[in-house]
Amino acid sequence: MQEETVLEMRGISKAFPGVQALQNVDFRLRAGEIHALMGENGAGKSTLIKVLTGVYPLDSGEIRMPGKGTVQIHSPQQAQKVGISTVYQEIPLCPNLTVAENIFLGRQKSRFVSFRRMNRDAQALLQSLGIRAEPTQQLADCSIAVQQMVAIARAVDMECRVLILDEPTSSLGENEVQKLFELMRQLKKRGVGIIFVTHFLDQVYAVCDRITVLRDGRLVGEFEAASLPRVQLVSKMLGKELDDLSDPADDIPPAADETAEPVYEANGLCSDQGIIPFDFSVRRGEVNGFIGLLGSGRSEAVRAIFGADKVTGGTVRVNGKPVRITKPYEAMQQGIGYLPEDRKRDGIIGDLSVRENIILALQVKKGFFKPFSKAEAQQFADEYIRLLGIKTASADTPVKALSGGNQQKVILGRWLLTHPKYLILDEPTRGIDIGTKAEIQKLVRKLASEGMSVTFISSETDEMLRTCSRLLVMRDRRLSVELTGSQLTQNTIFNTIAGGDPE
Amino acid sequence: MNTPSSAAAQDSLFTRLRRHQILIPLAALLLLALFNLIIDPSFFSISLRPNNEGVLLLSGNLISILDYGSELAILALGMTLVTAASGGQDISVGALIAISGSITLRILSGAQSDAMILPAFLITCAAAMLFGAFNGSLVAFFRIQPMIATLILFTAGRSVAAWINHNEQPFVSSERFPYFGGYLPGIPVPTPLFIALFCFLVTWLLLKFTNLGLYVQAVGINEKASRLNGLNPAWIKLSAFVLLGLCAGVAGFIKVSRTASINYSVIANNIEMDAILAVALGGNSLSGGKFNIGASVLGAYVIQFLTTTLFTLNVQSDSVSAYKAVVVIILVVCSAPTVREKLAALLKKRRAPKQAGQSA
Repeated sequence: MQEETVLEMRGISKAFPGVQALQNVDFRLRAGEIHALMGENGAGKSTLIKVLTGVYPLDSGEIRMPGKGTVQIHSPQQAQKVGISTVYQEIPLCPNLTVAENIFLGRQKSRFVSFRRMNRDAQALLQSLGIRAEPTQQLADCSIAVQQMVAIARAVDMECRVLILDEPTSSLGENEVQKLFELMRQLKKRGVGIIFVTHFLDQVYAVCDRITVLRDGRLVGEFEAASLPRVQLVSKMLGKELDDLSDPADDIPPAADETAEPVYEANGLCSDQGIIPFDFSVRRGEVNGFIGLLGSGRSEAVRAIFGADKVTGGTVRVNGKPVRITKPYEAMQQGIGYLPEDRKRDGIIGDLSVRENIILALQVKKGFFKPFSKAEAQQFADEYIRLLGIKTASADTPVKALSGGNQQKVILGRWLLTHPKYLILDEPTRGIDIGTKAEIQKLVRKLASEGMSVTFISSETDEMLRTCSRLLVMRDRRLSVELTGSQLTQNTIFNTIAGGDPE
Repeated sequence: MNTPSSAAAQDSLFTRLRRHQILIPLAALLLLALFNLIIDPSFFSISLRPNNEGVLLLSGNLISILDYGSELAILALGMTLVTAASGGQDISVGALIAISGSITLRILSGAQSDAMILPAFLITCAAAMLFGAFNGSLVAFFRIQPMIATLILFTAGRSVAAWINHNEQPFVSSERFPYFGGYLPGIPVPTPLFIALFCFLVTWLLLKFTNLGLYVQAVGINEKASRLNGLNPAWIKLSAFVLLGLCAGVAGFIKVSRTASINYSVIANNIEMDAILAVALGGNSLSGGKFNIGASVLGAYVIQFLTTTLFTLNVQSDSVSAYKAVVVIILVVCSAPTVREKLAALLKKRRAPKQAGQSA
């Protein structure tokens, strides 16, 4: 194997207001290797790539390339000039131009274009890379995979030495992924260094030579893929040593009453977000959780339960009676609440006041022609501002003016106000301070002891172990294993997330 | 620092901001009034004068502003809702007024008695709402940008209007029909003013006794989150367009009642632009979200005030648009995010030394 380095990043730091996104990170890419960049949300993967491609200026550290010494990259154009190309998940090409035009767009040397020559060159390039596309074809007529490959071909033809693939496979089918891998191996033979960002462990082990793991903006380490077992990789990403067996004994989650009636049952539920049909049920007063890496389908699973995505199949029973839940309103009528993962995009109505945000769900449930009086609304808002300790100047303050944790409490208050029988909380503690986190965990257990059923999702295994009495492990969009009782340990969780069976 | 005082300071800032919205049209109105007061104070005189038939009627510039601003004010109601819910504007309301007027005249020109007036009005409104639903479904279900979706009716509307009456000029000889665009017997105040007032009242009640306002704003601000709270964004957008259709229907009825006839290419010409301007002048964001109906209506009357002022200054009717354009430019520039940021930064800078002085 070639050991020639094509890119070296040393001591890279980057801070955003309030966040140290990268701290003294080193990264080395060799010629002819496929190098996976791994880490959970907020680990700093995308920041590292954006620093490398000139989207963000770096605070300190240096980027070196052989023959060029230390390179200063201030813009994506400059990055391309020194030979660093990026292909993102969204394909930045023009769908209404032909394949050849897309490959050569903006790179013609003269003002006049010889279409014949351009098409001939494109043909040669596509053939050499084994991409099955006609140069004269409109890009929009190609499949997503081929479009992605055309983007790669464009990048390669710009004499790139470093190719960054940022989650290129998330919108591809299994066959298409294989084709993409073939192309990657081709490029590898040509001596291109490839940085591969993905959430799929299987894919990492299928094509990658090395793995660099980041966590919380710091470098965890660089590893040979062949000598790093999956379980180790998962534990490094999640930041828990495998030996760290001691579970927090002080707060063991309340065991679910096995005799309690199931509040919600689903059979073969699936949605248009590619979730593989799964069976699921939750008992009265039970706290369970979906666990898995990012992109494993844990959010998609609960979205299917709430009808947030288009439900494509399966039967649902609430309190034993068959019901139809295809949209959020129907779920709400069945007494289900859902706190979405992306607070900004799916949760808050930014310009509306805290009061309006709190009453919204209950108001919608009550009906269009029955608005709450101002006094009622104020009373509800005050009640939950006090109950959850929401720090806001007044109930009239626009919710977007609040801090993240307080916004989260507003949405939590919104759903508690509807007095749900079954509440789904998707990452309720993400991006909020430790104190608030503990409060929310405590609240969840209190609600469960009062008879509410809760499904809880968190990226932090600790938190899941502390709150849930049953864990459902998601892997590659499939509900793979259910863990209960003595199986609820860090070790088992890591093993099952990585793809093994519980011991 | 103690929290209560900082909370109070924030509160007053937000109330100030809220006042700010109605402040824009109000300031424009005062500026125009001041201008007229300086040029010619008699602009404001109102008198009770007999018309050609010897009936005593109120007349004066202010009365004509209130009279002729009615259609625009009614349109501004619906346009505000459409803007808030869809984040876009309907440019077909002028064409829809032509269609509505044409329908009214078609029904009434064949009718023998005044008893047909009410059915004519109702049929006009229903048809206008259907056209609004057409626009709305393009926007809500096919997710076409509002301006592009309504471009269809904008282009075709006046031809449709002409076609409804076989491209003829119907004339209505009813005695009572002109009441709606003119005066009711014994009342010296123009009827359109009452109709506009009634429409405003109905909208106000609708906003007070239903959740229309909350839903429309929620959908306009964050469609995804609204859906996850059980709202149906498509239906809410659709209803906003249907309501705007109704507004256009009422406005069209008033318009043809004024003349008892119709000129397909001239009736309500460019009124869609004025209606959008009224919404903007009312300080409402044209990209949707929070809205204030009262501010829009005030904005509509400000535009009419401007038009009337220009006419009293003997500006040719052709060049009125050019003067309006100047106002639009000032308005748009002032409300542009970059300018706002600069202004906010400027204000902050000026306020900061003051606060520093206070705490010292």
